[in-house]
This record gives sequence, structure tokens and C-alpha cells, in this order.
Amino acid sequence: MAYSEKVLDHYNNPRNVGSLDKKSANVGTGMVGAPECGDVMKLQIQVNEENGIIEDAKFKTFGCGSAIASSSLATEWLKGKTVDEALAIRNTDIVNELSLPPVKIHCSVLAEDAIKAAISDYRAKQTTKTAAEQTVA
Amino acid sequence: MKTPLYLDNHATTRMDPRVLDAMLPYFTEHFGNAASRNHEFGWAAEQAVDKARKQIADLIGASPREIVFTSGATESDNLAIKGVAEMYAEKGNHIITAATEHKAVLDTCKKLEKHGYRVTYLPVLADGLVDLDMLREAITDKTILVSIMYANNEIGVIQPVAEIGRLCREKGVLFHTDGVQAIGKVPVNVETDNIDIMSITAHKMYGPKGVGALYVRRRNPRVQLTAQMDGGGHERGMRSGTLNVPGIVGLGEACAICHREMATEMPRLQALRDRLKTKLEAGLDELYLNGSWEHRLPNNLNMSFAYVEGESLLMGISDIAVSSGSACTSATLEPSYVLKALGLGDDIAHSSIRFGIGRFNTEEEIDYVAARLIEVVTKLRELSPLYEMAKEGIDLSKVQWAHD
Repeated sequence: MAYSEKVLDHYNNPRNVGSLDKKSANVGTGMVGAPECGDVMKLQIQVNEENGIIEDAKFKTFGCGSAIASSSLATEWLKGKTVDEALAIRNTDIVNELSLPPVKIHCSVLAEDAIKAAISDYRAKQTTKTAAEQTVA
Repeated sequence: MKTPLYLDNHATTRMDPRVLDAMLPYFTEHFGNAASRNHEFGWAAEQAVDKARKQIADLIGASPREIVFTSGATESDNLAIKGVAEMYAEKGNHIITAATEHKAVLDTCKKLEKHGYRVTYLPVLADGLVDLDMLREAITDKTILVSIMYANNEIGVIQPVAEIGRLCREKGVLFHTDGVQAIGKVPVNVETDNIDIMSITAHKMYGPKGVGALYVRRRNPRVQLTAQMDGGGHERGMRSGTLNVPGIVGLGEACAICHREMATEMPRLQALRDRLKTKLEAGLDELYLNGSWEHRLPNNLNMSFAYVEGESLLMGISDIAVSSGSACTSATLEPSYVLKALGLGDDIAHSSIRFGIGRFNTEEEIDYVAARLIEVVTKLRELSPLYEMAKEGIDLSKVQWAHD
């Protein structure tokens, strides 16, 4: 299969590879996929609690080149967005940007799922934190 | 060293220039039809075909009259299995094969099932070998054919063919083997291996594509096949169609070269293969060998690079031609059924790479391949959440994965 220039670029120079402290209250972690399916994405966001803007995003992906490119691109797009803006990212945006062929659409779906999972983890932590603060008060 | 490098010799091989030299006159100069019995053009073609028949027979310990030319191993497998099924339908309707066979055998058997035949697909042991006791138990008085490949195209595992053949003879069942990966690579002998029918192809042994043969035993027992291609009654009525003379000459020459050079080629390829394995194991942890090491083609290596997905690995070594058992590299989007038949998890299949070393590979190439793989696997593991989790001591088999 021939890969698009952009997929090759993200594969060869993946952006934002790494891990954030998953225990930190302002870090949301999303882990989607399964090894037996051949794709696992871990995507993390670090949110500025003052303004709700995603100030850092990291990923690690086990999967084909298109899966790596989809998650790399997702982290690039996430940085600087608010959490609500981030939720608006659709898998079709990723498909278009990377020119993914039909057999690779599931890679973009996985990336969207990873974004949503990371945000919901962050929000769950915030809720727990707020509840804890209220209990203390 | 010229890139891209070719280490996918189980898929096909580069044609040996000596084979091409032998073929060339039969396209233009000696272009006759081997079935033309009444002029010199026909005689020249027939003579060339007879020579090739002998070269093939000599390589496998057969008689030239037991060689039927075909278009390749897929046709040979079809002719063997369907031909026996049809010819011996009155004797029985049961066929035994194995889960790790080539699709040309499996899909032919599936087709026969639709026509009322019963097929047993034997599972294999964890090392890829067929269990002889299981085979013995599977044979019934309705069994007419056992079809088990000589050596596997993915994991290179060599089956206990002589024992399987002996068992079949003892039970009065015909034994067909798909020999394409083994012939020319390791000694194959239809007498000592107790083979009744064997599929042969030229392009896996440095010959041309589009030509193959079927060995069909003529005595003890005499095997009969119902032709699957009707027409002029060529090849003693078993396969009609004008013979592909240049191709057949190429197949014959390819066999002759393999026969002559096997004693030196086999240890040379094995040394290269072993060198590759040693280097990879020195540079990387968590490598898994797929299939038996002991019962294996000398030129095959099939390994899983845990925590790295096969297609992304192939993408990183784009100047090296190898294959992966990963779902993403297959037309069906399913991971390799051969690796799954060994009882390996899908994750191991997704991470597998098949190396097929061939006549034209050099030590320098092997060293380059090892170095590139170590580099790319290391990079992809840095990217792999699974590797990170494994290093943290998390047991991946116990993780609840979010399936979609």
C-alpha cells in the first residue's frame, strides 16, 4: 500500500511522543484499542485549570503507520484548544488531513475515541477533585 | 550493496540468470509445439520437454513419466485434490488436511465440502507439526486422501512427511504433499518420503512464474486422477493444454541447478539465517520464534517483535522486502491463520515478520537487515504504550482493553 506524504511524515517524525503523569489531577489519559486487534492508542492531555486550555498532549501508539499518524496528528491539533473545542474534532477531519484510504478509517476512529477517553478521564478527575474540596470545606 | 533488499523468498524468488539463458532459445528459435509429432519444430520442443521432465524427476527421485506439467502449484494442488476426489469417489468421500496448509489446498477442500465431501482439518502442535497419532485416528475407511504440505510457507516448519506417507500407505490412503517450499531447498525424495502425489512450482526455486508440475506416482500404488482441464489429452490425459515449453525448460533447469548446488547452498543459507537470528537476539529483547526451530527450512526465520505492530515495522524498513503476519498487511484484514493455528495470540501474529533468505542474499545484506530492524523496532517500542506498560511490570493479558 502506498502511504500519503503526511502519513509518512508523521510516521517518520512523530509529534509529541511520550507520557504525562497519569496521576496528576490536570492530566487526562485515554487508552483505546486492544493488542489482539493490532491497535492500542494512549493519548494524554494536560489542561491548564485556570483557562481550560490544553497546554500539552502526548501519545504512544501500537499500531500501523496510519494509526501512529492519526494519533500524532491528534496531539498536534489538541494543543492550544479548550476541552470543548477538542471534543469537536471528528475522525473525518483526520481522514481528510492524512488522506487515509477506506481500510484505514478505523485508525482515525480510534484517534477520536482516544481524544474523548482522555477528556472524559480529565473531567472525571475534576469532578472528584471538586467533590473532595467541597467535602473538606 | 543495492537497495531495496529482497528477503521474501517464500513469496517468490528472483530467476537465476542461468535459467533464463536456458529458456531464451525456446521463445524464438525453438518455438514449436511439443505435441507436433511430424516436424522438426515439434521434435525440438518435445526433446526439451523430455529433458526438463528428467531434470525434475532426478531432483525428487521420481521417474520422468511421473511428471505432469501445470501452470503452477495452485493448479497442481487443485488437480491433485479434486482429481483424486473425483476418481476415487466410489471408494470414499473423506479427505484429511491440516489447518496450516496453503490456501490453494484449504480452499480446494472447502469447495469439495460443498459437493458432499467430508474434510478433516487437523490442528497442529504449538511448534507447527502435525501430530501423527491424531492423523492416525482421523483416518477412516472412507478416507481417500491425506494432503499435508512438506514445508510451511510462513514458518518454514518441515512436517514428518516420511512418517505421514508410511502411515497413509499402511492404511491404503493416498498421500499428497504441497512441496513448493521444500523442493530444491532440502532433499526431497518421493521414494524415501513415501509420497504419492506432489505439487511443484518453478518460481520458488529461481525459475519462472506460471509453470509448475505435479508428481503422480505410477506404481506401488498407481495413482489415477480425473483431469480438471479437458482438451487435447496432453500429459497422459491428466492435463490438457499446449505445453509451456520455455517455462518447462526453465523449471527443468531450475531443478538441475538446485540438485547440483544443494549440498553447498543449504548450509550457506542456513548460516545466513542463523547469523540474522543471532544478531537480532543480541540487539533486542522480547523476540519470539514462531514454529519449530529443529524441523525447519534452512532459509526461513519467522519471529515476533513483541509490542510492535508488523505493518508499522515494514513501513520503517521500507528498503527491505519481507512479509508480516499482521492483519493490516493481509487482504482479509485478519492476522495470519498459520500463526493462530500454533495457538499464538493475535498480538503475536500482528508483531510477526517472515524472513525468507535466498540464493542471492549476502552476508553484508543480512548484517544491514539486522541493524535496520534493531533500529526500527527500538524506535517503535519507544512509541509503544504496550512496551511501556510491560516495562512497568503490567501483565498485558490481565488488562481490560476497551474494545469498540
